[in-house]
Order: sequence, then C-alpha cells, then structure tokens
Amino acid sequence: MSGASAGTTTHADAGEVARLEEVARRIRVHVVRVVNHARGGHLGGPLSAADLLAALYFHAMRVRPEDPDWPDRDRFVLSKGHSSIGLYAAMALRGYFPEEELLTFDAAHSRLQGHPDMTRLPGLDMSTGSLGMGISAAMGIALGGRLTGHDIRAFVMLGDGECQEGEVWEAAMAAAKYRLDNLVAIIDHNRLQQFGWHGDGPDGRLPPQVPGELAGKWRAFGWRVLEVDGHDMAAILGVLDEAAHGDGRPTAVIADTVKGKGVSFMEGHYFWHTRLIKPEEFAQAMADLGEPAPAAEEAAR
Amino acid sequence: MTLPMGRPMREIFGETVAELATDDPRIVMLDGDVGSSTRGDIFEQAHPDRYLQMGIAEQNMLGVAAGLATMGLIPFISTFVSFAVVRPLDQIRVLIAQTGLNVKITPGYAGLFTGMTGMSHIIVDDVSIMRAMPGMVTVSPADDVEAAQVLRWAAAYQGPVYVRLVRDATQRLFDESYRFEFGRAVTIREGRDVTLVSTGAQTPRTVDAAELLAAEGIDAHVVHVPTIKPLDVAAIVAAADRTGRVITVEEHTVIGGLGGAVAETLGEHRPTRIDRIGLQDLYIQSGPNDALLDIYGLSAARVSDRVRELLAASR
Repeated sequence: MSGASAGTTTHADAGEVARLEEVARRIRVHVVRVVNHARGGHLGGPLSAADLLAALYFHAMRVRPEDPDWPDRDRFVLSKGHSSIGLYAAMALRGYFPEEELLTFDAAHSRLQGHPDMTRLPGLDMSTGSLGMGISAAMGIALGGRLTGHDIRAFVMLGDGECQEGEVWEAAMAAAKYRLDNLVAIIDHNRLQQFGWHGDGPDGRLPPQVPGELAGKWRAFGWRVLEVDGHDMAAILGVLDEAAHGDGRPTAVIADTVKGKGVSFMEGHYFWHTRLIKPEEFAQAMADLGEPAPAAEEAAR
Repeated sequence: MTLPMGRPMREIFGETVAELATDDPRIVMLDGDVGSSTRGDIFEQAHPDRYLQMGIAEQNMLGVAAGLATMGLIPFISTFVSFAVVRPLDQIRVLIAQTGLNVKITPGYAGLFTGMTGMSHIIVDDVSIMRAMPGMVTVSPADDVEAAQVLRWAAAYQGPVYVRLVRDATQRLFDESYRFEFGRAVTIREGRDVTLVSTGAQTPRTVDAAELLAAEGIDAHVVHVPTIKPLDVAAIVAAADRTGRVITVEEHTVIGGLGGAVAETLGEHRPTRIDRIGLQDLYIQSGPNDALLDIYGLSAARVSDRVRELLAASR
C-alpha cells in the first residue's frame, strides 16, 4: 500500500478491528440484498465504501443514534450520494432505524430515497445526489461549527470520479483558506466511474483520475493528505484517528478501494456501478459475503 | 410629477443586513468577491468575523451556505443576480430548495442597471427561473424603503428566499410609513380604464407612466407586486375585475416572470384580456441606464406610449 500513514500506528485492538470488519461485512450483505430486492440501485460504490462507512459510524464519529439531532454530534455528508444504500445500512446497523426498514429502499413513500433526502430521514446531515456538492456543504458545517463554538467535525465522502466536478476544487481551495482542520474528506478511490473514457484499462475503460495523481492534487490545494488501503480496517482506524488531530489544514483521506469489493464477480468491473442481479449471481454474492445460501424466492426477485 | 430618486438598494443591503447582524449573532454574509460592488463591504466593516469571503467560486458559496444553515446560522448571499441564480442553480435546487434550509439569496444587480456590463451580467430571466423552483419564494422590492423592509422580513422568515436588489439609485415609491407584507400586493393608484401590474424598480416608472396617461384622459389602476411567489391571487383577480383589462410591466423577460405569473393566475381564475410589457425574448446590450430604459421600452414615457397603443389596438 502506498502512503506514509498506512495504518500501522492504530491503537485499535484486534477485537475492535474484527468487530468493525463484521459491521462492514453486514453492510455489504445489506447492500446486495436490498438492491436485489428493490430491483435497482447502485452496487459498486457502496461496496467499495463499506469498510470506510463502518469505521466512520462505529469508531470515528461522535453520534447518538437515539438523538440524531444532538447539536454536538459529528456530521457526515455522503457527497457521492449514489452510495446511499451503503450509508443507510451503516445507519441501520448503528441503530438509527430498524434494519428491516432497509427493504423499503427506493419504494414509494420510503424514508430511504434513492439519493439521501435529509427532510425525510433523521440522522442525515445533508441531502445529496448531484455530484460535487456535498463537500461544499460539509465545509459550511465545519465553518459553522467554528463560528457557533461547537467542537464538531465534518466528515464527507467523495468518489474519485466525483473529483472531476469543478465544485470539489472550489471547496478544496476555500476550506484550506479557512484552515478548517475539523473537516475530513474521504475519497473512495475505487478507480472506476459509471462509464468513463474508453481506453486500455479494465473492460476497456480508463480510471477517473490519472493513477497516483489524486494525492498530489489535494496536497496542492493545501490539504493534509493521508493515504490508506480502504479495505484494511486497522489501517482505516489509524488514519481516522490521525485525522482527528488537526494541524491547521483540512484532511483528505485517500482510500484505495476496489469497486464492488467483497463480491467476486463485481470487483473491478465498471458495469456493476448499477446492474440487475441474476438469481445465480445473488447466490454467489451471498456465498462470497459469508452468508448462508439464500432462499430461491429471495434470489429470484 | 415624476417620483423622486431614492438611495441605491445595494447600500440598503449592506446597511440593513449589518444592522440585523448586530442584533442577531446567527446572521453571516457570504461574498463571491464582489462585496465592494454589492456593498457587502458595509457588513464586512461592521462584522468582519461573520463576513465570509468565498472567492470567485459561486457553486461552492451556495453549498457552504447550506452547510452553515444546518448549524443554525442565517447566511445572506452577496453577489450579482446572474452569479447567484444561474451559475449555482443546481446547488440552490438540491442543497437549499429541496432541503428548505434557511439561506437568504439576496443578490444585487437585478435588471438593466449593472454599470454598463452587457449581457453576461444582465440577467433577464431570474424571476422566471426562481419562481418555477419548488420551495423558493421570490421577492422583488420597488425601492430603497421596501428593500430594507424585505431584508428584515427575510431574516425573520424561516426558509430559503430569493430577493432581487438593484445596483443603482432608483425612484422612491414609498415613504417611511409603508409596511411590506409578505405575499401581499399593494394598490398604488386607483383607476377605472386599465390595470397596470408591476414589480421591482419598474413599479415607480409604471406609476409615472400612469400619471402621463392620466394627462391624456386614461385612468390607470396600478398594482405593485413585491412578492411574485407566492402571488397574491385575490388582489390580482380583484385588480383585473376593477377594469377588465390588464397590462403587466416588468424589467425582465415577459416569458415566465411577473407577466407569466399574472397570465397564469387570471387564465385560471378570471380570464381577462392581458398584455405583457417587458423584455422580448432577447439579451441586453450595455449602455447608460436611461438609454437602456428607452431602448427596451421601460421608461415612463415608453410604457405610457405602449399602454396607449395596446388599449387602442384592443378597443
């Protein structure tokens, strides 16, 4: 793994790491089950982000699921709003709402909209979905925390494809100007976007960012950059602990991830950004994720 | 005969929001690097800690405003209408209108008076765009007196608002006894022959046009509509009933703005012959204010001429 801070410095014990790995596994199971049940939704992005979401909601963030509007909570903005089902799964597991409600995802009148809608679901700190915006909102939260005297941190997760949006770099510039070291941007660097440019990469597509250049871009905008293997839980906990100690700069955690992580046939394929799951594929996915074989009626949605 | 000049709304903007912020620590101002033009600099002088320079990056600015609002702050936006509405339109839609967050979009440089900048800076369709957006209210004050009251109302109102302000001094319509009421239209002049419905800084010129018409024996009823959305339907219907003939007048495209709103309303509630005076599906060149008003038919003289023509044509 590249990066100076590969999480060997974590103080998390092995039990904590194993606990969070299990949370991440359960997030992935929910993602695949729910998207299969809904017959639509995103898969590749939520699966690449699952370990990061588990680490945020079960380790790094100070939150009270029973009091989602607690003024001194840390905030989370899912700027890559299409990974909503991953966020919903993490929130359900953390106790914001019952896990059974996940099956209402994308259904009419559900609180779990295709992209996050803060007016419907308590605990969502911003509505997102149109890419590039969440980081601006998170910057406003971090700045607002400082102005109102709340010792809070604002976490925001972006995709590496999303970093093609110009607004991301407007926010990067401004956040560094305001020295917002209570702002942590986590880039889910899974090296694929929905379609991307034609080229000689996997499946004939090019990655959204030139390999190796993302860290330099954030650094050039005045951010502290921490690189980590986004599927190594001990390492993730290490960088998030490090990010908690501000040094006057906003922090970008560039997490190297695999799109579709955890499901063998989805890993590294752009076309699993969104795609319907066939019954035999569903069974394989459950096996890959360490679940018992599903009932035929669940697989054959 | 003609209404006197008032103070520039932009000065009212800087002064009023600064005064409001003195009493309310939740108020902040975000500037897109034009505070020396919008007179956000008056706020910066008074409250440097709450003047948040965002640089030349309007998409981020509107997003930051949404985040600040979730922390209980009340952000006012300082930039030009063109850069406050269309440049960050999607940020307004997703982060402010869809969330209902308490952001005050209060740009200057509405209409033709933009300091001879030309069509990149003169936006002709901001009212059409903002009033079509679910969850967004749209207010266009007539003069400096009303602008101050609208800004005070906006600070107290919970939710997103769009208030369009003018750069230069315009004519003063109201005296200090006037009280702005959100969602209410105001009858400025009673008349029998034709109903003129107007908004923003055009209203004083429309009132002057009514006086020119009166000298020729045409008795115009004049209604000012500061709140374009939600529209005061009852007042518009009553004003149409008054004369049976409606002409809207606005410093804005006739497509979808005040004229569109009034036509929609009367079409549904009280079909009435209506004409729309305003900008005719075109972009605006740069030039001195008076020249532009004359060229685009919005001076008192040009409006009175046009009203007379329209009445003659429909008689």
